Amino acid sequence: MYDNPIGITRRAVFRGAGAVGLACASGLGWVHPVQAAAVEDAITEKVGAGALTEGKVELGAPDKAENGTLVRVPVVVNHPQEPGNYIEYVAVFVDNNPKPFVAGFSFLPESGRVEFEVRIKMAQASNVRAVARNNKGQRFGAVKKVDVAEGGCA
Amino acid sequence: MEEIGNPKVRAPQEPVAKGAMAEIKTLIKHPMESGLRKDKESGEIIPAHYIESVKVEYMGKTIIDSEWSAAVSKNPYFSFTIKAVESGPIKVTWKDNKGQSFSAEAALQVK
Repeated sequence: MYDNPIGITRRAVFRGAGAVGLACASGLGWVHPVQAAAVEDAITEKVGAGALTEGKVELGAPDKAENGTLVRVPVVVNHPQEPGNYIEYVAVFVDNNPKPFVAGFSFLPESGRVEFEVRIKMAQASNVRAVARNNKGQRFGAVKKVDVAEGGCA
Repeated sequence: MEEIGNPKVRAPQEPVAKGAMAEIKTLIKHPMESGLRKDKESGEIIPAHYIESVKVEYMGKTIIDSEWSAAVSKNPYFSFTIKAVESGPIKVTWKDNKGQSFSAEAALQVK
């Protein structure tokens, strides 16, 4: 558990991020024109297509990260985790990273509850998303805008 | 050469009630190089070197399996909860894109 699942935003989820990214400052100097399409493609590839329901996924990422090399991303999915009715997959995405897919986690009903935390790199301010899929193929998502003071090379 | 490995898994020190959720914490030393960075002195690209999968086993089953990219932070921390059913080891295995594998266990005590 984490204290205060801060600022779970419910606005304009998965409607596209807009902002076009700059290259990672310490990277190769490429400009990655990361568009909303890139994250949508990544979500479809990893989690599948279809309707996305808000409200079941809690994304505890901070409003602002001082250091883009280490941004904590706690995720809780409020959904039963029992045989026949369970979350089978959750993935984390960062819209404005060169590659939006960060990590994906497969679960069995035996895990009992889907709750985890990873720490991720963010090249710049971006929407962070967690998208879950249950064993019936239903998808659930949350999005959180995270400002980054100093970008990490993702 | 940067330090790699030293995998750690921590289960609650006190026994957990049967059916309750136990928080498990893991940590490993790894550079998590994206392959997009240049060495500041030589100007050469630092090759990608990152953990690409992490697996959690409990009661002889893979309870969590995961796929990671190089956008997971260096020296990655990963925690999760698991339903305590019976006392036994929780084994975590990390594999990187160069084929190196690391694993560590923690004993989950269930009362």
